[in-house]
Amino acid sequence: MQVGLFVPCYIDQLFPDIGFATIEVLEKHGVEIDFPRQQTCCGQPMANTGCKEDTRPLAVKFYEIFKDYPYVVCPSGSCVSMVRHHYDDYLAGRPGFEELKHKTFELCEFLTDVLGVERIEGRFPYRVGLHNSCHGHRGLRLGQPSEIVAPPFNKVGKLLSSLDGVQLTQLCRPDECCGFGGTFAVNEEAVSTRMGLDRLSDHEQAGTQVLTAADMSCLMHMEGLIRRDRKSIHVMHVVQIFAGRQPPF
Amino acid sequence: MTTLTKSNHADHAAEFIADSQRTGWHDQALWFIRAKRDKAAQAVPEWEQLRELASQIKLHTLAHLPDYLEEFEANATRKGAHVHWAHDAQEHNQIVLQILQDHGAKRIVKSKSMLTEECHLNPHLERHGIEVVDTDLGERIVQLRGEPPSHIVLPAIHIKKEEVGELFHRCLGTAAGATDPKYLAEAARGHLRDKFMNAEAGITGVNFAVAETGGFVVCTNEGNADLGISLPNLHIACLGIEKLLPRAQDLSVFLRLLSRSATGQPITTYTSHFHGPIPGGRLHIVLVDNGRSRIRQNRLFRESLKCIRCGACMNTCPVYRRSGGYSYDNTIPGPIGSILGPLQDPKHNRSLPYACSLCGSCTEVCPVKIPLAQQLLTWRGEIVRMHLLPWTKRLAMKAASIVFRNTWLYNFSGKMARWFLPKMPRFLIYNRFNAWGKHREIPAFPQHSFRELYEKKNGRKQQS
Repeated sequence: MQVGLFVPCYIDQLFPDIGFATIEVLEKHGVEIDFPRQQTCCGQPMANTGCKEDTRPLAVKFYEIFKDYPYVVCPSGSCVSMVRHHYDDYLAGRPGFEELKHKTFELCEFLTDVLGVERIEGRFPYRVGLHNSCHGHRGLRLGQPSEIVAPPFNKVGKLLSSLDGVQLTQLCRPDECCGFGGTFAVNEEAVSTRMGLDRLSDHEQAGTQVLTAADMSCLMHMEGLIRRDRKSIHVMHVVQIFAGRQPPF
Repeated sequence: MTTLTKSNHADHAAEFIADSQRTGWHDQALWFIRAKRDKAAQAVPEWEQLRELASQIKLHTLAHLPDYLEEFEANATRKGAHVHWAHDAQEHNQIVLQILQDHGAKRIVKSKSMLTEECHLNPHLERHGIEVVDTDLGERIVQLRGEPPSHIVLPAIHIKKEEVGELFHRCLGTAAGATDPKYLAEAARGHLRDKFMNAEAGITGVNFAVAETGGFVVCTNEGNADLGISLPNLHIACLGIEKLLPRAQDLSVFLRLLSRSATGQPITTYTSHFHGPIPGGRLHIVLVDNGRSRIRQNRLFRESLKCIRCGACMNTCPVYRRSGGYSYDNTIPGPIGSILGPLQDPKHNRSLPYACSLCGSCTEVCPVKIPLAQQLLTWRGEIVRMHLLPWTKRLAMKAASIVFRNTWLYNFSGKMARWFLPKMPRFLIYNRFNAWGKHREIPAFPQHSFRELYEKKNGRKQQS
């Protein structure tokens, strides 16, 4: 099975290990990876600011690069949500676009829904706090939002808890936003950082040792707060845990 | 209505958050209600079907609104009510004033109505020598403080009991330093009882109006609407035209959703149905448009008219909970206010669609399934189209787009940033121009990007 790997721009530039961890996990499950070098950004920062004309060429670029792959996989719920839910404005009617939307997957849902992975091999003996990043959680329905009256499920949580030794911590607010929100993080600096600090307090009271999520952007924001305040929580993208990386303690 | 003023949510929010303790307490108080709502909703297994049904009923009603409005008018008139039509806020205020003057009414009691807040009815009546007393306890508190409500269901949610004690000591003569909620509520009760007994007219809002019966429903927890229209002989009910429902049986859907969504109660303490005037009394109904027909014709934002003003989107909004209702500087705050506000005045409210992290919780919690988060995003596109986005942000996005369009430029810019930033002294990175760095560290910049390392590892061969 061949997969076009989409590595979000900020992961490419700032968190290269997440790209490699994604490749390792996918290859372990028999997936053949291709990383097309022309890719950059899905255009979400511009789209979320309302700058549609600045987004359009990036959506077209993504479409041109990825439309012929059988699957596209990306270690970010937010970027996948951009493709699946917001590219219609730019690409509706183009040949293969509908298919592209439906064959572009966030990593965890690709593992559970396409590959049928039930458990991840390995050991991770820590108290893990799962941050349910909004665009993956509510947007892609990686889990059942707490607002909805329906049976609960959580694709990321299920994979995480299948690792030996993992103890998922119990949060007071299991799916509250961390306040990253892309440009929101700087436009609304006061609200954004307050939201992040409140999330971290919830993890602290729950005894989280390792804070993880399927979106590094939320974690980048919270990690910035952790380092500034010298908190003792360690941050890892969920795919790094799946790939067997360990925290430095 | 367009003003020349501009308001910036982020600035107001920062002021609110500067009081860290109050922010925490405000957030907790509203989250408590969100949690109560979850519990109440979970107790109704068909909750999601109810939401869908409510959404469909509202969409249907909006599609046939002119017919249902005329049906309502005919049936209400048949029941002895006088029905008035107000094109805008000004006309609404004039109609209400005229009715009051015709009856020689100078002392008015009013139960909670966001519509009269939207129309700024109180100052209009006061300018004409009429006393208006808001009789909902929270509303009375903010009225005595000379403030508008900060939440559409919980108007005084931003005020602490100590502050209420101080206010009541000053205005109602309660004991100095008293903070016992029971004592303070009792004092307010006595004060309001006096106002009720002497009132010459009662004004209410309307939660739902029913076309097939010509009746309407007012929901309160304090019974203040009922007292306010039972003692005086004159009742004026003000309603926005979007409050209409086709049939009485539709109430069985909406009444189940409203209070559960608003406060987590299965039903409000008082759900009062009005069909015509009380014996010997007069009932006037003022139907208000004030921009609603325009919104109804707006393909992008029509669904915002489905709103039943439950406030659930505010209670769940992580931004609202931490920035307070006043940070929106709009009659209706929170997610729905950030959609309706710019529809009234895009320039003044241009920052509201950005007062949102796009977490989507409002969309999931909305009992009538307004796609709130999606509409906020749509609004951002409109703000840009109307040239209302500050040029600095516009330019930043344009520049970023150019970088991302050209892979070589993207690679080069990344390389430069990763080379320079780690070498820069701290004061050059962390200063007032770096909003990210005010309370956060920037990520540790690695020496190589993923693609540089990937190419090293795999060679440059399989260029796609």
